[in-house]
Amino acid sequence: MPFGNTHNQMKMKYSSEQEYPDLSKHNNHMAKVLTPAMYERLRSKETPSGFTLDDVIQTGVDNPGHPFIMTVGCVAGDEETYEVFKDLLDPVIEDRHGGYKPTDKHKTDLNSDNLKGGDDLDPNYVLSSRVRTGRSIRGFSLPPHCSRGERRAVEKLSIEALASLSGDLKGKYYALKNMTEAEQQQLIDDHFLFDKPVSPLLLASGMARDWPDARGIWHNDNKTFLVWVNEEDHLRVISMQKGGNMKEVFTRFCTGLTKIESLFKERGHEFMWNEHLGYILTCPSNLGTGLRAGVHVKLPNLSKNAKFEEVLKKLRLQKRGTGGVDTAAVGGVFDISNADRLGFSEVDLVQMVVDGVKLLVDMEKRLEKGQSIDDLMPAQK
Amino acid sequence: MASSFTRLISKRNTAVLLAGLGTGTAGFLLSDNSSLAAEAKKKLYPPSSDYPDLRKHNNCMASAVTPAIYAKLRDKVTPNNWTLDQCIQTGVDNPGHPFIKTVGCVAGDEESYEVFAELFDPVIKDRHNGYDPRVMKHPTDLDASKITHGMFDENYVLSSRVRTGRSIRGLSLPPACSRAERREVERVVVTALAGLKGDLAGRYYSLGDMTDKEQQQLIDDHFLFDKPVSPLLTCAFMARDWPDARGIWHNNDKTFLIWVNEEDHTRVISMEKGGNMKRVFERFCNGLKQVEHLIQERGWEFMWNERLGYILTCPSNLGTGLRAGVHVRLPKLSKDPRFSKILDNLRLQKRGTGGVDTAATGDTFDISNLDRLGKSEVELVQLVVDGVNYLIECEKRLEKGQDIKIPSPIVQFRK
Repeated sequence: MPFGNTHNQMKMKYSSEQEYPDLSKHNNHMAKVLTPAMYERLRSKETPSGFTLDDVIQTGVDNPGHPFIMTVGCVAGDEETYEVFKDLLDPVIEDRHGGYKPTDKHKTDLNSDNLKGGDDLDPNYVLSSRVRTGRSIRGFSLPPHCSRGERRAVEKLSIEALASLSGDLKGKYYALKNMTEAEQQQLIDDHFLFDKPVSPLLLASGMARDWPDARGIWHNDNKTFLVWVNEEDHLRVISMQKGGNMKEVFTRFCTGLTKIESLFKERGHEFMWNEHLGYILTCPSNLGTGLRAGVHVKLPNLSKNAKFEEVLKKLRLQKRGTGGVDTAAVGGVFDISNADRLGFSEVDLVQMVVDGVKLLVDMEKRLEKGQSIDDLMPAQK
Repeated sequence: MASSFTRLISKRNTAVLLAGLGTGTAGFLLSDNSSLAAEAKKKLYPPSSDYPDLRKHNNCMASAVTPAIYAKLRDKVTPNNWTLDQCIQTGVDNPGHPFIKTVGCVAGDEESYEVFAELFDPVIKDRHNGYDPRVMKHPTDLDASKITHGMFDENYVLSSRVRTGRSIRGLSLPPACSRAERREVERVVVTALAGLKGDLAGRYYSLGDMTDKEQQQLIDDHFLFDKPVSPLLTCAFMARDWPDARGIWHNNDKTFLIWVNEEDHTRVISMEKGGNMKRVFERFCNGLKQVEHLIQERGWEFMWNERLGYILTCPSNLGTGLRAGVHVRLPKLSKDPRFSKILDNLRLQKRGTGGVDTAATGDTFDISNLDRLGKSEVELVQLVVDGVNYLIECEKRLEKGQDIKIPSPIVQFRK
């Protein structure tokens, strides 16, 4: 909610039991962790900008979850949320990010020279390559909590910074509320346009308020580098191109991000980051690198093989349909990407994708020829 | 200074204390590299930076709000710490429809209508045909014995229904209430309803606890309500924590029904098959009075004042909050080009039999009163009775090949 939510003080006249949510039918990370005792300890707290415990957990209370998919069930309203409510968020983070401890340190590495190979994924199989992450601008509230004034300030800063990009990164900003019909159609055809969220997971957190005010899309003239402004996070940064040259995609990603960061710094702003949680984003699932590096790859034979899931698990990769999260694969083409976000550097994660996809393609080729893949089975990464 | 200040922050009434501080203290509220504290933010972001973009909007809130009104009201809070931004969020998020003018704002508590009167008064005037809350008084009359000719020809009228809402004074409304407050509303109402006897004796079904069998029965009876899907409602925060503290009560006869914590604290419905609107309204008034008495015994009362009548979440439901209607067959009249004008002049509206925003199936229409505020319950029900009787007369005349007349418009208070 905009500004100080002093509504929280009014709730204190009721006991903790009276306010504690009914989580008996819930299955998300927040519900697993939030005991009545923890609720009692944290309910009187607020971040300096007024984000409260009930604000953090509302999306998890409103969305009991799914028996097969474990959603996170909580969001941050500002950088301090992760500190003020660490009693709740540390165990959520630990559970979601494979045992990441409150004392662990996260390594950031955006030097694409450190990536070995990755420029030669077989384009007969790998149709496209993409890397995405998010960034938050320090000092501003996050999408669940920001006021219209703050959101517009984030947009204004972002437009100014992006306008300074040059060379192959030179591009143009399209505000969602001002675009012409022709511009909108082009952005849809390019698969760049994002819509007002419909998922109740997002709506219940308050991030769709005032849509489409201060939301927009920036992309370079080459259509290989794209930034979403004020969607689920302050910024979502995407580098992508057809074919299997993940190295080039990642190099552009790192160069672009580093350039954008320095442009913000020139204007007196930095990204939210700390050495424990890496880059701070709205959803705890995107902490650390916030990075998802993936390919669209043809694996019609391997995907029907009994060992497919096991191989993915060992490689620390996940599969999705080509429509993105929660879609099914079409025609044997899968979206394969890293499963991790926190506790591994950007280079580490892209390396896992590059090496892993190379192996998957080798396995596909073996199965095409009717050969065995047993000797190719990887160890657990 | 800093240490005594931090002690103050942890106490109640922080808002009052912070509001009293001057510019110089903003420094204490800013920590290194962090988000601005609430008070400092107010100074960095003047109301003009937060003013919503309403250029593509068509709702009563967008018509009424101005940068000056917003600037004046943005930093005010009701005693429950509810803000203007929270009142108008639904109207900002839902630009509206070029043909339907939605209201675009909600109250978070009874005091919203006072604290934000500069916005709500013009909205009320726009929505309620010129009713001016600053100078006019709303009449309340729940004496059903005054209704005349309240028995319709059942060859035409299939069912009769009267609904309204009631809010429990002292507890925040659905957009603003905490879980504890919502549970308290449920407790107060369910305890009172348990005291009803005779033809009003009944039972409560909590939404979260009902069995599959109970759920199916309530669906078959057309009593069950679902989690709201309309963005007009979800953007007003009233679906939070669903289905916690929501439920349905109905009497054993299935003619008196109460929804708890849906769009309002309570929605009260009296209904039966056939055309005996007088009896439906008698049960309505009787039931309402008994429930009021039962909550008063325990020290509670309904939100009501003589300026606005019964206080409900949406300004469109102020006054009586009453919609009295019938499902009526009008095969010939509905095809007559004068139908809409006749309804307009009678201050009636038509809906499909699925309720608001549905189309009519066949020749059966839901016909009900348009107005809510400025006329009493008795006046509005009599208006529906007289109007529907007129429509049936027209239908009968058309059946016989006779001509019909458009009635003169019913007098409204002047804008």
